[in-house]
Amino acid sequence: MSGYFADVAALARKDLLLELRARDTLPAMLLFVSAALVIFHFALPSGTGELAGLGLLWVAIVFTALLGLSRAFVAEREHGVLDGLVLAPSDRSAIWLGKSLAALTFLALAEIIALPLFALFFSGIDAGTVAAVALADVGICAVGVFVAAMSIATRARELLLPVIFLPLAIPVIVGGVGASVTDSPGRYFAFLALYDALFATICWASFEYVVTE
Amino acid sequence: MIRARGLSMRYGAKRIFDKVELDVERGGFVLVTGPNGSGKTTLLRLVAGLVAPSAGEIAVDVDRGRLGFLAHEALVYRELTALENLDLYGRLYRVAERRERIGMLLERFDLWDARNERTASFSRGMLQRLALCRVLLHEPELVLLDEPFAGLDSEGAELLDRELAVRHGWATFLVATHEPEQLAPLATGRLAFR
Repeated sequence: MSGYFADVAALARKDLLLELRARDTLPAMLLFVSAALVIFHFALPSGTGELAGLGLLWVAIVFTALLGLSRAFVAEREHGVLDGLVLAPSDRSAIWLGKSLAALTFLALAEIIALPLFALFFSGIDAGTVAAVALADVGICAVGVFVAAMSIATRARELLLPVIFLPLAIPVIVGGVGASVTDSPGRYFAFLALYDALFATICWASFEYVVTE
Repeated sequence: MIRARGLSMRYGAKRIFDKVELDVERGGFVLVTGPNGSGKTTLLRLVAGLVAPSAGEIAVDVDRGRLGFLAHEALVYRELTALENLDLYGRLYRVAERRERIGMLLERFDLWDARNERTASFSRGMLQRLALCRVLLHEPELVLLDEPFAGLDSEGAELLDRELAVRHGWATFLVATHEPEQLAPLATGRLAFR
């Protein structure tokens, strides 16, 4: 088992190093989420309630994640490196887990900018919303990386990722918005945690079939 | 080590090859020849387990971790250095004394001085040498080589000749090539696609 986690760590570290060198995903995510929140700020009529703003926060988070996920396998796709990873003797789910951890890091970094910006433009963020965002991030990255891996084998990869990912992200929006707007978010946290556990398990167990024919 | 019966491959309506029979004994050195598009690369990918056949059976008697595959691409990250790429593969393949082995291979393939350069700046020949380092890093029992001399200069080709000669007999080779005469002295068999 320690070997498995060593593989995951090596693969996640590689993705972080690639981003540190190329800097083509995180800056785009930061710019996108900032621009989206500024647009929402001016798009919403003055006097619109706090609830509408919280809904738009979740829209911004999901689409920012989608932007990052669309780049998740670019390095592997461009030079066929995925074949090299698939041929390695490590468990293939380690590729998914390593990539998910890297995607989670990028999304969390984007949110470190996005949440204060949201507080500046709309309303303060409570601890419940932050917890809901953290729970939602896990599910978004687990499912998103899985779908991104599926899409790289197709010609219509730019279409396939949003078309499959967005419907799968609807429960995250339901749970996230619910946890943000209610005074007792416990059941929404449980819903998000259940989503994370269920989909992470499915993705972990079936990733092997996504990267091999 | 490799046994294929009635192996057929199609991509959609296009037939790549049909009913191929192949036997490669342990320690064998089999050349796969044929014109472009005849299915040489596809056969190697089938043996590697990267694609599944449309029909027929293939059995490869080696663990995934004991297989080395040289593809058309070097299968390395362009934003990582040669050393970082080999280190990643060395970790995934659980190579014993990884750093020493990587250093030895980089020296042998004349890439030591370029070890800290990102591979995006490598020439085609340097990438092919690095790809050979990657393939040989874990001392594979089964080596699949797709046009191994592509991009190599005369010095690189000599290096490769030497490496193949050293491993001849104890590793098993399946080599797709347009230059079978260069490897003919080592060959124990040949599969010719038309």
